Amino acid sequence: MNLQNIISEIEKVDGEVVDRLAHVSRRSMFNMIGRKAAAVAAPTVLASALNKAYGQAAGLNPDIIDVLNFALTLEYLEAEFYNVGLDMPGLITDSAARIAFTQIRKHENAHVAVLKSVLGSAAIAKPAFDFTAKGMFPDIFKNYQTYLTVSQAFEDTGVRAYKGQAPRLMSNDAILTAALQIHSVEARHAAKVRDLRGQKGWITGNQSPGIPPQVYAGDEAVKHLEISALLPGVPYENATEAWDEILTKEEILAIVKPFLA
Amino acid sequence: MRYVGVATATGVVMSACTNTIVDPLAGPGGGSTAGARAGDLIELGSGDIGILNYAYALEQAELRFLELVNDRPYAGISQKERQVFLDLRNQEITHREFFKQVLGSYAIPTLTLDYSSVDFNSRRSVLETAKSFADLATAAYNGAGQLLTSATNLTISGNIVSVEARHASIIRELISPGSADFAGDDVIDPVSGLERALLPEQVVPQASRFIKEVLNTSTLPKPMA
Repeated sequence: MNLQNIISEIEKVDGEVVDRLAHVSRRSMFNMIGRKAAAVAAPTVLASALNKAYGQAAGLNPDIIDVLNFALTLEYLEAEFYNVGLDMPGLITDSAARIAFTQIRKHENAHVAVLKSVLGSAAIAKPAFDFTAKGMFPDIFKNYQTYLTVSQAFEDTGVRAYKGQAPRLMSNDAILTAALQIHSVEARHAAKVRDLRGQKGWITGNQSPGIPPQVYAGDEAVKHLEISALLPGVPYENATEAWDEILTKEEILAIVKPFLA
Repeated sequence: MRYVGVATATGVVMSACTNTIVDPLAGPGGGSTAGARAGDLIELGSGDIGILNYAYALEQAELRFLELVNDRPYAGISQKERQVFLDLRNQEITHREFFKQVLGSYAIPTLTLDYSSVDFNSRRSVLETAKSFADLATAAYNGAGQLLTSATNLTISGNIVSVEARHASIIRELISPGSADFAGDDVIDPVSGLERALLPEQVVPQASRFIKEVLNTSTLPKPMA
């Protein structure tokens, strides 16, 4: 796979990206996002800065729109999963777990709002979901353990999805950075949900009890750019845990597909 | 003051425009084994190499702290906490070694690290330091992504940053069990759901309380103004 070529492709599609972004002070935008005072305005700030660069979201290059709509699909899925789950009587009864899922839900709904504001009229509509995944998880909103399992699957899948798409966003620093800022939040969620299940916060090898195997396919990798993480004093388990691997868009969509009604 | 670093790195920049990958990651192997001395000015270099050296410096600092925690665990450390710190140390070894090997002759030297400000007998002091490191590393990688020109390097930093975020989440859970702190509003904007992204000049001063050399960030890439 030659990722360098992808950048070249992006530049061909949107050769004027640098010129257009020159009119926006992204540094000031990030400072604003980073400051507490701007917390309320953050999604608006992001969207308006991006709109300054592009006039309107429809002016984003097709590759970036494709990535953002892909991300939006995942965020719709997660947001609805937590919105429904937290409102389901008797499902999440433990008070600490409710605190955790309330925080997670807040972020997923915020991610939906941010992505929609950047995409504007190019945003796809929310699909209808089947959280039983065509019968794979029949008691999804009745059994807390099943709910936790699917939550872990969604969060760890989300991490791998954003990671895999980051190179396609390189032509737009503001959008790339926003995607990375979502990516690390998904990782925090994943670690917490794994902890609630009594699992380690990090992914050991390529599986976890009850999770469809595709979610962790390839995550056991211990070689990166030909450099091995198998070092003296480092057990194999830790070497795999230290590196989260990407999944391609196609691999992610195959995981998500059963959850689309 | 001695000047230490990567004098020749400036000319090696990844090109996004050709099929030929000018790959600093395939540079001469071996890395720098020479230790730096307190007070030295460390030249991180420019371009992607500069960012990789910046990450290497942070990983060095984080790992040394975790080694010390494992070498002298605080009194009353729980089994779970012991396992977490063991996992973190071993995982960070692989990150540090990766950067050392990938940078090869462009790597900055081994830094002089000073953790005398941490009370290793205090659970609170150790966990708070661990939290600061994991939060800082996550924000640093989030902010550095835009400064890289190579998709390969961006993917590598992506492979690592989510693991740093997992560490941050679990350490925060150890400090405040059952709370929302694992993904707290102090590091994640509660309205946008975006985590902090910090630039090198914001990160290095925070890490510098443990690093005895002076890291020169002025040659690193800047975000487009």
